[in-house]
This record gives sequence, structure tokens and C-alpha cells, in this order.
Amino acid sequence: MSQVKKFIDNFGYTRIIIILFLIILFIAALALELQTKSLITGILNRAGMNMLLTLAMVPSVQSGTGLNFGLSIGILCGVLGAVLSIAMDLTGVQAFFVANVIGILLAIVAGYVYGLLLNRVKSQEMLIGTYAGFSVVSGMCMFWILAPFKSPKMIWPYGGRGLRVTVSLEDTFDKVLNNFLLGQYNGIEVPWGLYAYVLLLCLAVWLFSRSKTGIAMQTAGSNPRFAEASGINVDSMRIIGTILSTVLGAMGILVYAQSYGFLQLYTAPLYMAFPAVAAILIGGASVQKASITHVIIGTFLFQALLVVALPVSNAVLPEGNLSEVVRIIISNGIIVYALTRIGGGE
Amino acid sequence: MSLANTDNVSKSTGKQVSWQIKKAVTGNIVPIVFTLLCLVGAVIAEASPIFLLSSVIIRLARNLLLVFSLIIPVVTGLGLNFGIVLGAMAAQIALVAVTHWDIGGLGGFALAALLSVPLSIVFGWLTGKVLNKAKGNEMITSMMLGFFANGLYQLLFLFVLGGIIPMVNETIMLPSGIGVKNTVSLKGIKYALDDVLKIGYETLTIPVFTFIVIALFAFVIKFLLQTKLGQELRCVGQDMNIAATSGIDVDRMRIIAVILSTVLAAWGQLIHLQNIGILQTYGSHEQVGLFAVASILIGGASVTKATIGQAVLGTFLFHLLFIISPMAGQNLVGEPQVGEYFRAFVAYGVIGVSLGLHAWQKQQAKKHMLEE
Repeated sequence: MSQVKKFIDNFGYTRIIIILFLIILFIAALALELQTKSLITGILNRAGMNMLLTLAMVPSVQSGTGLNFGLSIGILCGVLGAVLSIAMDLTGVQAFFVANVIGILLAIVAGYVYGLLLNRVKSQEMLIGTYAGFSVVSGMCMFWILAPFKSPKMIWPYGGRGLRVTVSLEDTFDKVLNNFLLGQYNGIEVPWGLYAYVLLLCLAVWLFSRSKTGIAMQTAGSNPRFAEASGINVDSMRIIGTILSTVLGAMGILVYAQSYGFLQLYTAPLYMAFPAVAAILIGGASVQKASITHVIIGTFLFQALLVVALPVSNAVLPEGNLSEVVRIIISNGIIVYALTRIGGGE
Repeated sequence: MSLANTDNVSKSTGKQVSWQIKKAVTGNIVPIVFTLLCLVGAVIAEASPIFLLSSVIIRLARNLLLVFSLIIPVVTGLGLNFGIVLGAMAAQIALVAVTHWDIGGLGGFALAALLSVPLSIVFGWLTGKVLNKAKGNEMITSMMLGFFANGLYQLLFLFVLGGIIPMVNETIMLPSGIGVKNTVSLKGIKYALDDVLKIGYETLTIPVFTFIVIALFAFVIKFLLQTKLGQELRCVGQDMNIAATSGIDVDRMRIIAVILSTVLAAWGQLIHLQNIGILQTYGSHEQVGLFAVASILIGGASVTKATIGQAVLGTFLFHLLFIISPMAGQNLVGEPQVGEYFRAFVAYGVIGVSLGLHAWQKQQAKKHMLEE
């Protein structure tokens, strides 16, 4: 009995609850005779499209700045990169590549500044990060409306000032990764290209965490005093972690956008950090500990939950949007739970 | 910042007066900057003073109590309680009940105020419990708790009401009979409190009675902080360890502070909605925490210090800016939306900057202590 309890403790109650809930949803989906093939396709697609945003949490947790609630800063760098590449009238892979290059460069600068900020507010990084992200998003709203872009793909067709709220990527880099090496197996679509790209980046982050800098960064995160004593510059390690996280945010939103087919401007990035935070926590991470396994498991569990909950709840209750409410409760509930465990876990 | 000041003292003993002015300015830099911002905005917006005054007075009456509800948790060391959103939810549940029973006027308002008390006590107690488990991270936890509670609130209003709890009422329920409409008209209790006594002068209306009620609450809060309970709350706010060793039940005090805050927020939201007269079932409460926190910070409050005066000044300045910025945006770049984004930017920015400055000062003080 005690072994069972120990196993449950190790595995985490939240993960068990989520998995049980997911199993119930799957049984319900089978009982309701929903199209399992399209559900599986949906899960695979959504998990791949969101994984990089979740991965962005890993370096920030490892470097000791906690979960990156200011991920929207990185996201905005990526969005700006995409907007500029559309303004240059690029298409296809080229547009995606240029958007990434610009996004990454901007994210390095933004991440550096954001890292300097976070070094001044140690122990309150998540709170300050949230509001830093919120204010940058609303500041950029003014930019989107005032920026002198001329490309007809982005501005309103008749009247109206500024860029559109959602910019279609149809003529630029819509689905460049999704359609690359798309496998069809009896109606189940597996976007191998998307996964190759995403998993390659996961591997890169994993390799980095094994490198000398990566290990120093993790030491700085888990035990700053010991790190300081052994000659590691804790502050610069935290900045490296923040830059990496911000860069992954920029690359992540571009993957998300190419899969979704639209670029979302204005207030859309405001709350984008929260699902990524929730996903990695569902995967078993905590504010102090996160790994690539947490990212992969968490993204799959969370996205599977969202994808399956929608048709099931619509079949059970056609009125109202029950699955959206369930999403709000689960994703915010798990964040609250993780925050109450910071002190309690030790 | 405080370190720079002490350096200044030793260097400029001869310039005592100029230093005092400097101290007054740096100590109140936030309200001063916002006053200037409002003045510049008013000039650009070319708004008539009477219009501005009448709009601000209405908004003060609507929002002051909500902002006051933040003071007690700050004093108790919990920081800014974004969880007042739960109080607003309690108020809205009570309002929907009163509207459903079709009880209007001051009686309906009083019944809603009464009903919201047990609800907000329970919500506040739960919030306090959670925040006690997240010491050192109360503010972000209370914010996330607000988002989480919003999910439960939607579950209640969209599916439980009419779905599990039977509720038949064509005017407030969705056509399917399950769930509450997006907007519920509060005709019955509109101006219930304002109408008791108000003075009108041309376009200017002053809801005197509402202000009297708000002033009463200000005195109650002030008085409460002088009592034995208030002293214990403050003691917990200064140092939890010292409070614990001197025999104060720290966790209990913190829960009491959150409960008081939540109840006050519920009443604040009732005053807010009786003036507006329409309940946005799924939206009225969402920004309550954000706007109240931004208001009190603009008034010069911090995570550890907040007074009634700062709350009043901050609410005045924040809402003045709120009215001015779309007009200024229209006049400056021909786009009122720019002004709307600007005020969102200001609300988030002021919270980020002042919380950031506070955390930085705390870190500096800690470093200083370690070095000594």
C-alpha cells in the first residue's frame, strides 16, 4: 500500500487526475461514436503546433527564473518577424526562414533586456514577468495600429487604420512545416515535417542542458549560492536562460502560426503564456524543475484534453461552450496548484 | 532609491530645504507623473472641465469602495489582492438572485448586499487558505486564482443554473432555459443607492448618499486598523516570524484580512453595478482586480503601504486618464483606439513598474544587510 502511495506521490496527483479525466473523455468519445481518426489527427497536429511554446518554459525554469509568464514578449518578437517578412513580400519556406531569423534576433535583444529586469526582481520573477508581458502586448497594440505597413495582405481592404487583427498566411508560409512530409495512414494525418522540426529543437535544448554552459545554468538555477561559490556568474546564467526562453517563444509562435494559418496581432498574445505554463505543469514539471519529458508528455496530455473535450462536450451539451470552461478551470487550476507547492515541496 | 537619498543627506546638509523638496517629489513620483500625464492629455483632448469633472465624479462613486477593499491585505503583508475578483463574483451571484426574484429598489439592493456577505466570506476564506500555502507568491497566486474562479463562475452561470439548479425566468435566462444571458438588465436596483440623495447641477450629478456610504466605509477601515485586531494584522504585515513568536495566529490573521477584503469588494461591486444598471454576466468582474490595483498604485501606494488617501487620489487620476486617453488619441492621431490601448498599457505598465521597483528595493535592502 505504501508503495502505491509513494508511486502516486512521485507521479503527482494532478497528472493522475488529468489522465483519468482524459480516459473518461476517450471512452465518452468512443461511446458517442465520434470520429476517432479526425480526433487523433487533431491531437497530433495541436501537440506539434504548441510544443515549442511549452519547450520555452524549460530554460527559464532551469536557470531559476521560474515559469516564464512573460513569454508573450518572445511571442511578439516572432510575430514582428513574420509581419516584416510579409512586408518584404516573401513567400513559402523563404518567408518562414526570414521570419525566424528576424524573430530570433529581436528575441535575443528583448530576452537580454527582460533578463536584466528579472535579475533585479529575484523571487518575484513570475509576477513581474506577467505584467511585463501584459504591458508589452498592449504597447505593441499601439504599434500595430500606427505602423506604416503598406502590404495589402496585412492592412484593412477598405478604410480602417493599421494592421488587421488576424493576418492570413495563405500566400506566405501557411503550413510550410505541416505539409512537409505529411504522412497519411487510413485517414490519420501525421505531420512528420512539423515533428522533425519541433523534436530537433527539443533535442537541441536537451543537448544544451548537457553542455558545460547548460550545467552551469542549471546549477545557478537550483542552488544559486553554491553556484556563486564555485565561480559561476548566476546573473549571466539567468540572462542566458531568459534569452533562450524568449527565442523559443519567438520560434514557437511561428510554428503555431504556420500550422494555424493565421497570424494573430493586437491582444491575442496577451494570455498565450498561460496554456504553455499549464501544459508543462501537467507534464509533471514544477516551478523549480522542468525537463524535455515534461514538455512532451504535458503538451500531448493538455492538447489531447482540449481536442477531445470539444466534440464530447458539444455532443453532450450542444448549448454553450463547456469545453472552453473546462479548459479555463483546468489550465488555471493547475497553475494555482503549482504556485501553492513552491514552499510546500521542500 | 532610498540608498541614493541617504547619500544625499550627508552631502547636502546645507541644502536641507531643497533636499526636502526632492524627497517629497521622489516619494510621490508616481502620482506626480500621472497628474502631469492627465494635464497634458486634457490639453490635447480639448475636453471641457465640467464634462471631465462630472465623468470623474461618477467613476469615483462607482469604484472607490472596490479600491478601498485592497487596503487591508496590503497592511497585513499579503500584497495587492487580485483575488477581489471573487468578491465581485459573489456580488454578481447575489444580484442575479435578486433580479430573478424581482425585488427592486433599495430593499433589493440591501438584500443583495446581505446575500453577498456569506458568499464572499466563503470565497475569502478559501482564497485565504490558498494564499497561506503560497507565502511569498500571494499576488500572482491571487491573480491566477481569479482566473481559475472565473472558470467555475462560468460553469455555474452557463450550465448549473437552469441545468442542475432549476431556474425559470425568461428575462435573464438564455432561450434554451440553461444558462444566464450575456447581459442582465438590473432595472430594479439601478440607482437604488444613488437615488436616496443626489444633487444635480446642469450636467453635473453628485450621488451624495453613495459618497456618504463610501466615506463611512473609509472610516470603518481606518477605525478597524486602530483596534486590537488591526494592530495584530499590522504586526503580521511587518514580520510574520515576530508576530508568530508574540503569540499571534498568523495564518488566521491573514485569512481574516482576505475575508474582509473580499466582503468589501463584493459591496464595492454592488455599488458599481447599481450605478451602471447592466450586468455583463461574463465580463463585469474580469477587470475589477486589474483596475483597482492600478488605481491604488497610481495614488502612490506600494505592496506594503496603502492608505485611504492614496486610494482616493489614485482612483481619481486613473479614471481621469481613462476618460481622457481615447479623446486625446482621437485628437493626436485621429484614432480613439490608440488611446484605449494606451490606457491598457498604462494599467499594466504601472502595475509592472511599481511591483518591479518594490521587488528591486527589497532585493537591494537584502543585499545591503548581507554585506553588513
